[in-house]
Amino acid sequence: MRMVVAAAIGIARFIYRFIVGDDWTVALVLLLALAATGVLVTHGISAWWLVPLLAIVMTGISLRRSALHDPPRPTSGTN
Amino acid sequence: MTGAGVVLLTTFLASSVEAIEMVIVVLGVGATRGWRSTVLGAAAGFAVLAVIVAVLGVALGSIPIGPLRVVVGALLLLFGLQWYRKGIARVAARGLAGMSEPGVQDDDVPASGIDWVAFVLSFKGVLLEGLEIALIVVSFGLAAGQLGLSVVGAAAAVVVIGAAGFALKGFVTRIPRSLLQLIVGTLLTSFGTFWSLEGLGVSWPQSDLDIVGLLVVYGLAAAAYIGLERRRIHQARLEMA
Repeated sequence: MRMVVAAAIGIARFIYRFIVGDDWTVALVLLLALAATGVLVTHGISAWWLVPLLAIVMTGISLRRSALHDPPRPTSGTN
Repeated sequence: MTGAGVVLLTTFLASSVEAIEMVIVVLGVGATRGWRSTVLGAAAGFAVLAVIVAVLGVALGSIPIGPLRVVVGALLLLFGLQWYRKGIARVAARGLAGMSEPGVQDDDVPASGIDWVAFVLSFKGVLLEGLEIALIVVSFGLAAGQLGLSVVGAAAAVVVIGAAGFALKGFVTRIPRSLLQLIVGTLLTSFGTFWSLEGLGVSWPQSDLDIVGLLVVYGLAAAAYIGLERRRIHQARLEMA
């Protein structure tokens, strides 16, 4: 039983890591953008640009955030 | 339907990214702990992967193409964006550097019978790296309407990278994996964007030609971000020195 639970937790972790990754805000914003596009399309508005635009903007925000959390180390040449 | 060449190329490149890591693990374990148990572990890993691909293919294949493209497109978009972002960060930080080999201990190798350490390391290496390949191959293949070709592209990548790894010592570790990851991330993000929005009912201005447009836009954005990241890393190192 313990092995089944451990396996289920392992699979759930893999799926989360595969879909969401290490920055959940990117996934959340993109899913909301997809939902918003769906709503706009049903009202006859062609919003094909919304998802690519937010994908690029969120990539920049995520890169900036990870840079603040993990600053670069000095190169070996500086030793 | 997406062209056969595009399906083959995308799944071949996507699988190559994970196959590099897979082959490095298997070669490292085999060279230090012996080949028999390593090969058995790798074969067991591939057998499990084949079952996963078959089950996923049947499960996802039963969904109509419209909703399937929304689900699969969103999946590829979210996953592709992760590789896209990691590829940008790694190319900016390390350029075209390859991967280092894992450290594997070669003490207490049994003289006969199965070496379970080698078996498990090899099995895990193939299964863990292969799981992402399996999900990409099935979702991309089904959304493109060419699951068979998608599997062929993935299998070809594993065979080519594996054969090159065995034939040319050190070759696999020199492949610029970060750049490959960025290219595949750009491809998956572009196709994921296109399919998910098409599934939602968006009519693209130039139809399938807009995939090329998405590739160009995402590619240019990646180049711009790499430039910005390199400048930031350079400035941070100057401040630290």
